Amino acid sequence: MRLTRAKMNKPADFDLKSSDTGSVAVLNGDWTAVLMGEANERLTEVLRGTSGVTIDLSGVTRLDTSGAYGVLMAMAASAGRGEIIARPEVRRLVDLVAEAIKAEPTPVKPRRPVFELFARIGEGVLNIGFDVFDLFVFNGHLLVSVGRAAARITWSLFPWLFRMFGWSRPAPIRWAPVFALAERAGLDALPIVATTTFFIGAVVGLIGADMLSNYGAQVFAVDLVGIAVLREFNIVITAVLLAGRSASSFAAEIGAMKMKQEIDAMQVLGVDPFDALVFPRFLALLATIPLLTFVATIAGLCGGMVVIWSELGVGPSMFLSRMVEHVGVKHFWVGMSKGPVLAVVIAAIGCRQGMEVGGDVESLGRRVTAAVVQAVFSTILIDAFFALVYMKLHI
Amino acid sequence: MTLDEAPLDREAPPIEVRGLVSRFGDNCIHDNLDLVIPRGDVVGVVGGSGTGKSVLLNTIIGLKAPEAGSVKIFGQDIRYARRRQWTAIERRWGVLFQQGALWSNLTVRENVAAPLFEHTDMGRAEVNELADLKIALVGLPPGAGALKPSELSGGMIKRAGLARALALDPELLFLDEPTSGLDPISSAGFDELIQDLSDSLDLTVFMITHDLDSLYAITDQVAVLADKHVVDMAPVHELEKSEHPWIREYFLGPRGRATAEARAAAAAHEGVR
Repeated sequence: MRLTRAKMNKPADFDLKSSDTGSVAVLNGDWTAVLMGEANERLTEVLRGTSGVTIDLSGVTRLDTSGAYGVLMAMAASAGRGEIIARPEVRRLVDLVAEAIKAEPTPVKPRRPVFELFARIGEGVLNIGFDVFDLFVFNGHLLVSVGRAAARITWSLFPWLFRMFGWSRPAPIRWAPVFALAERAGLDALPIVATTTFFIGAVVGLIGADMLSNYGAQVFAVDLVGIAVLREFNIVITAVLLAGRSASSFAAEIGAMKMKQEIDAMQVLGVDPFDALVFPRFLALLATIPLLTFVATIAGLCGGMVVIWSELGVGPSMFLSRMVEHVGVKHFWVGMSKGPVLAVVIAAIGCRQGMEVGGDVESLGRRVTAAVVQAVFSTILIDAFFALVYMKLHI
Repeated sequence: MTLDEAPLDREAPPIEVRGLVSRFGDNCIHDNLDLVIPRGDVVGVVGGSGTGKSVLLNTIIGLKAPEAGSVKIFGQDIRYARRRQWTAIERRWGVLFQQGALWSNLTVRENVAAPLFEHTDMGRAEVNELADLKIALVGLPPGAGALKPSELSGGMIKRAGLARALALDPELLFLDEPTSGLDPISSAGFDELIQDLSDSLDLTVFMITHDLDSLYAITDQVAVLADKHVVDMAPVHELEKSEHPWIREYFLGPRGRATAEARAAAAAHEGVR
C-alpha cells in the first residue's frame, strides 16, 4: 500500500536534456496542484531566455489544469516556444487550458486611494439620504394601511355614511394573522419577560437595601424598588426583549418572504403586503405590550419584595402598604404610557428592515442585525425622551 | 361582489409592450422592446442568460416600473391604472414564479384558496372545494392539499404554484421557467397539462423557458430576446430558418437539432401508424 501510494504520488520534476536536435525538457512525476511544488517556477527559470525547447510530457504520471497552466506559463517565459510532446488526452487538456488563458484579462483600473475615500464618504452620505427617504416611504405606506383599517372600522359602525357618499366598501382587516402574531410575539414572550424583570427587581432591591442601610434608611428600599420597576424597568425590559425577539423575527420573516418572491406573489394578486404583513404585526405588538408590561411590573415587584423580605425583614404586607402610601399609582401609569409608542416603533423597525432585504443571504443577516440594533437603540432613546418630558412636567 | 370586467377592453391583445426601456444603473437591459401577444396564443419567451427575460416578466406584471415605454394589459396601460382597473386585471391573470413562491406559512390548499378569498365572496366551504378541484386538476395527489410548501418536492411546488395561478380561472397565464429543475417525465406531464388547459380554457400563456421540448410541444409562437429587444417572434418551425446568429445557434446547435429531429421522427412515426 505504501509502495503504491509512493508510486502514485511522485512530486513534479523535470530533466533538461540537450542533444544535437535541440534541448528537451523531460517532465516526470505528478504535475498537479497538490504535488507541483515549485517545479513550475524552476522550469520557468530554466526556460527563461532559451528558445525552442521541446517540452516532453509523455513521462508525466498525472497532469491537471494547474499543472498545464504552470507548464504553459513557463513556456511563455521563454523567448521562443518549443513543441509539446504529449499523449493525446494530456494534449487535449493543455490545449483547453491554452485556450482559456488566451482570453483577454480584464484590465485592472489603477487605484486612486484619495479619490476612492471621498467617493466612499459621498456614497455613505447619499445612502443616509436614501435611507431617510425610504423611511418616509415606509411610514407613509404604513399610514395608508392604518387609514384603510380605520375606514373599515368606520364602515362597520356607520355603513350608511359610505352609502351616502357613494364610497366603495373598504377591504376587511386581516384579523387571523393579528391573533396568530399576538400569540407568538406577545404571549409567548411572557415567561422570559417575567423572569427577567423578576431578577431586575431583585437586584434593585438588593442594592437599595444595602446602600440605604448605610444611612439607616433601609425602608426606603421599598420606594426605590417601586419607582424603579413601575416607571422604568417594566417597560424598558419588555421593550428590549421585544426588540430582540420580535423585531428580529419580523425582519427575518418578511425578509425571507421577499427573497422567495412570496411578496411579489402577493402583489400580483393585488394584496398589499403592508395590509397583509406589516399592519398585523403592528397591531399584534400594540395589543400585547400593555399586557407584557403589566406582567413585567408584577414580576419586578415580586423580585424586589422577596429580596427586601429576606434582607430587611420587611414582609409583604408592609411592602405593599408602603407601596400604596408612598409610591402610588402615578408611576404605574407613567410606565404603561410608554408602551404603545415603543410597540409601534419596534414593529415598524422590524418590518421596515424586512422589507428592505435584497436578494442575497448577506443582506438578510445585515437587515436582521440592523432591526435589533435600531430597535434597542430607539427603545433607550425614546425612554430617555419620556423621562425628560415627564420630569419637566413634574409627573 | 361580481366579477367586474367593465374597465377593460375585451378585444385588446392581452399583452402589448411598446418601446420598453429597462435599466439598472448604467446597465441597459431592454432598449425599445416591442412585444404583442395575441389572445389565445401560447407564447414562449427565449433568450440567453442575462437578456432580461425575468425583468421583462416583472415589468409586465407591474413589479418593476419601466424606465420608458408602455405596458398594456387587456388594453389598459398599467402605469395609469387605478385601483379598480388593477383589481380587474388581477382577477384575469395568474402568475407562476420560478421558485413557485408559495406562501410558506400556509398549506397548499390555503395557498390555492387565497386568491379566491381575496377576489370573490364565496363561502369557506365552497372556496375549499374549488381549491381542491384546482389541486386535483394540476395532478397533485389528494393528500397534498394539507401539506406545507416546505414538505413538497420541487415538481410538486411547481404544480401547486400552477394551481394557485389557475385559482381564479385566469385568461392570461405567466409561467417563469415552469419545467426547469423537473425530470423529463414531469416536464412532459407539465407541458401536456398546460397544452390541455390552454386549449380548453382559451388561455393566453406567456412562458419563459429554456426547455426546447416545451417550445416544440406547446408554443404557438416563440419570442426571441436578444440585442436588448425582441429580435423575432414566430412559430418555432419558422424560427429554425431564421438568419439571426443567436437563433441559429439556439435551434440548430447540437441540442436544438436533436430535439427537432426527435420531434420529426415522432411525427413521422405517428403518420405511419
